[in-house]
Amino acid sequence: MRRIISMLMENEPGALSRVVGLFSQRGYNIETLNVAPTDDPTLSRLTLTTVENDLRIEQLTKQLNKLVDVVKLADLTEGAHIERDLMLIKVRATGTAREEVKRTTDIFRGQIVDVGPTVYTIQLTGTSDKLDSFVAAMAGAEILEVVRSGVAGISRGEKVLSL
Amino acid sequence: MELLSGGEMIARALEDEGVEYIFGYPGGAVLHIYDALFKNCKVPHVLVRHEQAATHAADGYARATGKPGVVLVTSGPGATNAVTGIATAYMDSIPMVVLSGQVQSHLIGEDAFQETDMIGISRPIVKHSFMVKRTEDLPKIIKKAFHIAASGRPGPVVIDIPKDLTRPDETFEYSYPKTVKMRSYSPAQRGHTGQIKKAAKLLLAAKRPVIYSGGGVILGDASELLTQLARKLNYPVTNTLMGLGGYPGSDRQFLGMLGMHGFYEANMAMHHSDCILAVGARFDDRVTNTVSKFCPGAKIIHIDVDPASISKTVMADIPIVGPVQSVLTELLAQIDLLTEKDNSIPDQSALERWWQQIDEWRAAHGLYTGRRYDESDMIMPQQVIESLYRATGGDAYVTSDVGQHQMFAAQYYRFDKPRRWINSGGLGTMGFGLPAAMGVKLAFPDSEVACVTGEGSIQMNIQELSTCKQYNTPVKIINLRNNYLGMVKQWQDMQYEGRYAMSTYEDSLPDFIKLVEAYGHVGIQVTKLADLDGAMEAAFAMKDRLVFLDIFIDPMEHVYPMHIAPNGSMKDMWLSKNERT
Repeated sequence: MRRIISMLMENEPGALSRVVGLFSQRGYNIETLNVAPTDDPTLSRLTLTTVENDLRIEQLTKQLNKLVDVVKLADLTEGAHIERDLMLIKVRATGTAREEVKRTTDIFRGQIVDVGPTVYTIQLTGTSDKLDSFVAAMAGAEILEVVRSGVAGISRGEKVLSL
Repeated sequence: MELLSGGEMIARALEDEGVEYIFGYPGGAVLHIYDALFKNCKVPHVLVRHEQAATHAADGYARATGKPGVVLVTSGPGATNAVTGIATAYMDSIPMVVLSGQVQSHLIGEDAFQETDMIGISRPIVKHSFMVKRTEDLPKIIKKAFHIAASGRPGPVVIDIPKDLTRPDETFEYSYPKTVKMRSYSPAQRGHTGQIKKAAKLLLAAKRPVIYSGGGVILGDASELLTQLARKLNYPVTNTLMGLGGYPGSDRQFLGMLGMHGFYEANMAMHHSDCILAVGARFDDRVTNTVSKFCPGAKIIHIDVDPASISKTVMADIPIVGPVQSVLTELLAQIDLLTEKDNSIPDQSALERWWQQIDEWRAAHGLYTGRRYDESDMIMPQQVIESLYRATGGDAYVTSDVGQHQMFAAQYYRFDKPRRWINSGGLGTMGFGLPAAMGVKLAFPDSEVACVTGEGSIQMNIQELSTCKQYNTPVKIINLRNNYLGMVKQWQDMQYEGRYAMSTYEDSLPDFIKLVEAYGHVGIQVTKLADLDGAMEAAFAMKDRLVFLDIFIDPMEHVYPMHIAPNGSMKDMWLSKNERT
């Protein structure tokens, strides 16, 4: 099952490599990875997605919790949560494709954030599934470049991951 | 407040931490530190001949004393040479602090002379590591390192120190912190009372109980409590390779070691048990054999300070996370409470039947009571360990290397006390034994220290004979000489139709007697059984000399019992070359 694991870790050099290293060391795969500082400059928030069975996830979260740099950890998929992935996608926009790309972008509530004589750069946020669908819908157009942020997630309601 | 340079801070912090020995090797990046040690430091430094030996010596010291071992090495090759020793300590959860020099801050990342990314290289084999960025952080970081290394599930901690942070001309205010507070590190202090109550009930309801204890009992100083618990209940006890000495080895309730080369009665009891109390053990693959066939009828209570050790390979029915000492204390209290209320538990007649069954197993194939080993014209390796046991009254510190000799020592030296058996269990590091023995002897100069080894392992760190000379560590080296890499040969016999691929030295072995004499020590060669006890006694009679006993043993002997793998369960064992369960 796909899991979204989110953690607060010390904003220290080497902290990220410990988390990432643990995955390869113990034979887990990371599907997406997103990390940035929080409102507290001493803490980074890291969110990653992985596909594993329950037993392996239990072992993984225990091992992550053992890392001294990991301050707090939550498996967001255990409860209701919001997940967002951000994509910037550059597509060839000439001839009839120019109008078609614009239409599809509107349907997906994306924004064209850069316009050139022959290319559009589109920004789209949503779940990973939604971004995948958009890329599939663009199959007719010539995709020049895709960049995604990886999933960032947060629990719904009162539940918070903080100190 | 005093003003100290970075180098001086390190020297002083090690004093303030109460460190007894630094095991190390100087080099460019740590010269400022060494100068500070030379000028003003009460902690003696032991100069090894190879950095791997520094880590093993510190490791041996730590296993014998329970205090963190301390290592100081230079950058680049100094640091990488230490890696095997750090991994050894990590796999066996040994507290250790490794200070590694690093090139000057402004050179980091430029492929400078003797630069290596020690933090990166050591990352998967440390409990934690620190890259020092500011000189004034040194005392705080050193304090944290010792705290992390020794608390919770212990382990090695690396501190990487760029040379410029230790320069003598820049001084800072020094004070060594008394306490450590870390928001992201707080190992369990006690177990969950509800879980402990449940465990006590399950344990007392057992009809075929086994206590399975590991290295955690030794590391957590809980042998006395474990022994108390086992004796109170009259339950059988088995120890892992790392747990030997956690329960008295010569006691009637002791079933011997379990696992791949475990005792028949121990493996049989585990397989047929209905309740296993696992204490500070981790259901390692060398214990369980095929996990899906492991102890089919047993409910499992698992006590460990590390939550990640619980239900990692074998699911626990009652997991208890906490230090073994505190959990066992509480468990004993709960058992007292329950047995006072209800004197029909535990079921004595069931227990009597269980012991009867165990005694039958013992009589049939017990290592001490049933078939021991085949005797031949040559000295059998088991006889050497028994001779060592007699010569030392069973009270020596015994270190070992890795291979057949290690298993024979584990099986035949009956360790009655914790911290006496010192071997690389998890990583299985050849070359561990001699430097580890050195560390133990420095810690306990008045105790007998023996290193059981083979001619393969001993050559991996034989240069330490020189260190032993310099620091006068008269350990006794018991070389089980069979002219093969014995354990490799055993597997080649059993699984490769006796094709001895690169497991012999042909006629290239050195004359060990001349070799140890060249290092200034004593060598004795033993080729006949009749001379064995005499040579052993003579060796231990030379209190102030390192003696190397080169004992020629039967090269064809195998270690038994041996789990049948793959797809075998705990009860599936080879009992000899042609006998199996």
